[in-house]
Amino acid sequence: MDNARTLRILIAKPGLDGHDRGARVIARAFRDAGFEVIYTGCHQSPEQIVNTALQEDVDLIGLSILSGAHGYSFPRIMQLLEEHDARDISVIGGGIFPLGDIPKLKALGIREIFEPGAKLQDIISWVRSNIKPRQPMVA
Amino acid sequence: MGKKMLPEAALERLEKEYKDWQSEYRKALQKMPERLEKFSTVSDLEVKELYTPLDLQEKDFHEDIGFPGQFPFTRGVQPTMYRARLWTMRMFAGLGTAEDTNKRFHYLINHGETGLSTAFDFPTLMGYDTGSPLALGECGKCGVAIDTIEDMQKLFTGINLQEVTTSMTINPPASILWAMYIANAENEGFQRKNLGGTIQNDCLKEFIAQKTLMLPPDPSLRLVVDTVEFGAREVPRWNTISISGYHIREAGSTAAQELAFTVYDGITYVEESIKRGLKVDDFAGRLSFFWNSHIDFFEEIAKMRAARRLWARIMRDRFKAQNPRSMMMRFHTQTAGCSLTSQEPYNNIIRTTTEALAAILGGTQSLHTNSLDEVYMIPSEEAVLIALRTQQILGEECGVANVIDPLAGSYFVEALTNRMEEEAVQYIRKLDELGGMVAAIERDYPQMEIADAAYHYQEQVERGEKVIIGVNKFPSDRPELEFILQMDEGLEEGQIERVSRFKEKRDKVKLQKAMDNLRKRCEGPPSWENNVMPALIDAVRAGATEQECCDLYREVFGTYTDPGSF
Repeated sequence: MDNARTLRILIAKPGLDGHDRGARVIARAFRDAGFEVIYTGCHQSPEQIVNTALQEDVDLIGLSILSGAHGYSFPRIMQLLEEHDARDISVIGGGIFPLGDIPKLKALGIREIFEPGAKLQDIISWVRSNIKPRQPMVA
Repeated sequence: MGKKMLPEAALERLEKEYKDWQSEYRKALQKMPERLEKFSTVSDLEVKELYTPLDLQEKDFHEDIGFPGQFPFTRGVQPTMYRARLWTMRMFAGLGTAEDTNKRFHYLINHGETGLSTAFDFPTLMGYDTGSPLALGECGKCGVAIDTIEDMQKLFTGINLQEVTTSMTINPPASILWAMYIANAENEGFQRKNLGGTIQNDCLKEFIAQKTLMLPPDPSLRLVVDTVEFGAREVPRWNTISISGYHIREAGSTAAQELAFTVYDGITYVEESIKRGLKVDDFAGRLSFFWNSHIDFFEEIAKMRAARRLWARIMRDRFKAQNPRSMMMRFHTQTAGCSLTSQEPYNNIIRTTTEALAAILGGTQSLHTNSLDEVYMIPSEEAVLIALRTQQILGEECGVANVIDPLAGSYFVEALTNRMEEEAVQYIRKLDELGGMVAAIERDYPQMEIADAAYHYQEQVERGEKVIIGVNKFPSDRPELEFILQMDEGLEEGQIERVSRFKEKRDKVKLQKAMDNLRKRCEGPPSWENNVMPALIDAVRAGATEQECCDLYREVFGTYTDPGSF
């Protein structure tokens, strides 16, 4: 990993949901773990989230949602990434999801879903083992 | 109790015996040490092994504790408290369409609920109609979708609005939803002077914690004062603001931060209303509060007792209120959503029961108890009934409502009450120094204090210093519950169609005239002549949708977006 650049992560809150405690805690935990973190703030449309991800050249998008509206925003974000030829940006989700929805979200290409009670350290470890920088810096 | 109640000789004896006891305690610990390195509340406030009258030396019974219904109201706002009438059992409810929620209201009333509380969906909370592109996928998910006065009529069908009080959790668009409520009630034959209820209408805590954001702070405050002024003149039984700590706490604050920031929000509303020219005693009696009852039993009771005392002192000393009613902090309480776990969800019944008991011993005026499945989504009828029954069992079987403020005089509870008040006073001083709450919000001060506390707590959970059963101790998986609310897939489309049919029937000329009047008032300087409420009532009666009014607000006042700090 010597010549790999630091992972860049976008934490995003899709939709009208204002429950941002989890998003802000995970953003800080990722920063403390040494990642570069950008946080969108609340009330982002899928278009805004994907635009920010592209502009900021991130490796991973972490979507935090507790409103139950993931059925619209998550597929739309995956579709927009596809349209921008950016499916190599990984996407994970955190928040409250009906159990039956989790396999559906993973089938869309969402890499992992973290539910309430997930440990910060486990999420950080998962990111370290599963996410690599998209364009490794040439030494 | 207190210096004046402890003669010198008694004090000396107590100090000596307390020292002796402490050495005995330490000796015993050599055989079996304390089970925790540090004993602290869920807010991480350290607590001692034992409290005695020595902890209350600086306090005075009459000045600090006193009697129920009397200044400083530490022991409750009414002289009778639950001896005359139990708290209002007010379950927060809202799902799907207005009809779905109306059915839930009747279900709750039929099972003994005594007040209504409306949960709106996110588009309604944020000032968008269901058909807005920004609202896609959200209709009816976290509450009821209300776009028009027709929806409002369906929401309250068959309910006597002069007999039941209704609370509406709505903030930036509060004036509009209140206008719809008043217009609908009048259409149904009720008089506005007889309507009782509450709009949350607490814009400051939106910037601090709940984040239903629409307008910048200054115009948000202007609209709040418009409702305070209108209520004082025309709807005298209405609580025009529910100054809320609940969401501050859910966002991760400590109990003391919840207390301090909320009370300071209250100070700001009083100041703004006085600036408008209102007299403090003409409106302060209609300000109400809303607390979170979290999992740490004694801390919550202390917080609620301290809150009453603190508010009474502020109203008397800072604002020179004369009427005792202006000094009374009446409040609603909800048990802590964030204390619930999706793992082993039946344990949530026990958590909610404990929190509800704290709210009762803290002297709440009304109470929502969370349902065990509320951790996943809007509760099912089965779960909501258990939650309502929890209040009824506590109220009528356990004897806890038979004596007023039964924990007064507990050395620990009184000491913790004092501590809560002291911590809040320090924060209030700091906020004064920062130039008030709006200035503090602009500097991200309360937001970052809360973020720090939330992160600190999460670290304590990760290290196992704060235990959550089923999560970090005896960890367990999330099960499939046998009852889970299923939402109708066609909900959003149906609501969009209903609104468009409604719009076709409107008298366009009448509507335009009402909207022009609303715009003129918004553009004018704040005053009774430019109060938005009369114009809004005309506008929604003429068929203006919620978003049409909010779009007008956004055009005139500008918008506010979350700075996204962490």
